[in-house]
Amino acid sequence: MTQSPPLIIIGSGLAGYTLAREFRKLDETTPLTIITRDDGGFYSKPMLSNALSKGKGAAQLVTSSADEMGDKLGATIMAHTEVNVIDTVQHSVSTSQGDIDYSSLVIACGAVPFRPPMAGDATDEVLSINNLADYARFRERLESARRIAIIGPGLIGCEFANDLINAGKRVAIIGPDPYPISTLLPVAVGRALKSALSAQGVAWHLGTTATAVNHNGTGYRITLDSGSEITADLVISAVGLRPSIALAEASGIDVNRGIVTNRLLETSANDVFALGDCAEVSGMNLFFVAPLMTGARALAQTLSGEQTAVEYPAMPVVIKTPTCPLVVSPPPRDVTGEWHYEGDAPNITARFTAADGVLLGFALSGDAVVQKQALTAVLPPVLR
Amino acid sequence: MKTWRCIICGFIYNEAEGIPSDGIPPGTRWEDVPADWECPDCGARKDDFEMVEI
Repeated sequence: MTQSPPLIIIGSGLAGYTLAREFRKLDETTPLTIITRDDGGFYSKPMLSNALSKGKGAAQLVTSSADEMGDKLGATIMAHTEVNVIDTVQHSVSTSQGDIDYSSLVIACGAVPFRPPMAGDATDEVLSINNLADYARFRERLESARRIAIIGPGLIGCEFANDLINAGKRVAIIGPDPYPISTLLPVAVGRALKSALSAQGVAWHLGTTATAVNHNGTGYRITLDSGSEITADLVISAVGLRPSIALAEASGIDVNRGIVTNRLLETSANDVFALGDCAEVSGMNLFFVAPLMTGARALAQTLSGEQTAVEYPAMPVVIKTPTCPLVVSPPPRDVTGEWHYEGDAPNITARFTAADGVLLGFALSGDAVVQKQALTAVLPPVLR
Repeated sequence: MKTWRCIICGFIYNEAEGIPSDGIPPGTRWEDVPADWECPDCGARKDDFEMVEI
């Protein structure tokens, strides 16, 4: 008997493996192959930014090896394998291990850290931490580092800062933003976070950018465009992510910021889908766990024969800064309205409401985070 | 009382504490948490949790 070609998933991160798990709940027999350039171990990605103070190293974050995942999922895992190009007409992928045909293909290859151009002789020693291998390198270098400079005062930068402070390191954060996590948080909540982390010893260099990183003895000297310089034993870049689109682009699949998909997560090529950080779903790139889980469940349905469009409910983001707990559900970009604040730092309830009083977003800090469920319940869905 | 961990994001569910803000009173055993309950941090479902030894 000739078996039909497998469903192929490219990527073994949270998107790829969550889809595989959801798909297997619905279909136990269709052959499934997962191709990954990593080692294929399953690990908790969100914990990369809080594992240090939990006493977990890179190895402890891996809950299942590639072999164990293959057994659990009834899947062939091709680890350490690069996909060169997708032949969307022939329905096959060309990989470093040879060509493989697919019945359906899901691109779940994630995003890569954006690295702003900087001068200096040590820029290639600046760490970005976006996968387990990066994390292992970070922990190794951290052993001999006391002063850490973080370029990028966004969500990931602040989570790492809090984790490093809790582990007894000295932390400086650099970035052009007027206050931390300024793309998600309203100003009063961002300032509450800033004060709370300051009180724990974080040094802020905001309203400025790092222009150069040079060697300085065993550490580094970072030059800021404000003219000042700071020194550190380790420099981390957490400026932001860009969807990985190179493979799709090289294969003639439509891309914009991410790989363009409709609400069925279909790309411009027949039987090719995109999921997770690499996908731009109905114009939205959302680099969070909840949209990815929602997308994986819908796509699992679609791939097992029941076409299911992605619906995003309100998806508040929990920010792992235990010094000042935060939850935010940012208002949609294209709406008008105003932020209204209640309470004093660090315990702030911020509501974003339209002129007619309808709640469109919120941000909570400190003790106010207990209101997350109550406020989420009255928010409109993100995509329906 | 036992403790459970979300394999996706590391969220800990402690039976002794429950999650009162999520409508789950202290002392709620894992098997009594509703099947449609989702991880408050990442949206994973109940079957994406595993028991953590304490």
